[in-house]
Amino acid sequence: MSEETDGCVKPAKGPIIPIEEKETTSGGESPAQEVKKVLARVGAEAPDFEANAFIAGKGFKTVKLSDYKGQWIVLCFYPGDFTFV
Amino acid sequence: MKKLGVEVLSVSTDSHFVHKIWQAEELEKMLKGGVPFPMLSDSGGRIGSVYGVYDEGAGVDIRGRFLIDPDFVIRAMEVLTPEVGRNPDELLRQIKAFQHVRETGEVTPSAWTPGDTTLKPGPDLVGKVWEIWKP
Repeated sequence: MSEETDGCVKPAKGPIIPIEEKETTSGGESPAQEVKKVLARVGAEAPDFEANAFIAGKGFKTVKLSDYKGQWIVLCFYPGDFTFV
Repeated sequence: MKKLGVEVLSVSTDSHFVHKIWQAEELEKMLKGGVPFPMLSDSGGRIGSVYGVYDEGAGVDIRGRFLIDPDFVIRAMEVLTPEVGRNPDELLRQIKAFQHVRETGEVTPSAWTPGDTTLKPGPDLVGKVWEIWKP
């Protein structure tokens, strides 16, 4: 019953944006609008986020970018698994 | 990368389930044991949007690479459209240069590689770079 399972849909938080970074909107606009803003800039703090991950030998884990704070990190985005380049 | 104390994280809009099968079906055949780093899922491209690499039309994250220092500050970024792959040599050069700068406070001129002349910024260096650095 309490055994940990990994369901089909396991939401991870995605971007974790500090309060002061959020665009001040007048009223209840969609929260999706807030994360559209590009926050990554050289010389600025890396925007933190939480994501589901597959790690060889460890299986599925939820990781935060800030879990790796204190080390050098190379963060690589790519278009998709099973593509050509 | 491990030798340089660098943690690699890869991100695509594929699910972590797809990452597992890609590792098993293809990557392990290219590289013994598969890729050793965590493969992250950016479903919906929300993370890519914040990093400026999410292509809404295609619904994928384009090639973007970010080098983050131990203080969590982004030091370098490189973004390419998908048809061209990356060159890890230039990434390694940048890591070594940024690590050198962090350790010594010196700065590295263009195309610097470890062992080359570095520069110590200060009033005495103004107008004298040509004396020290001969590319």
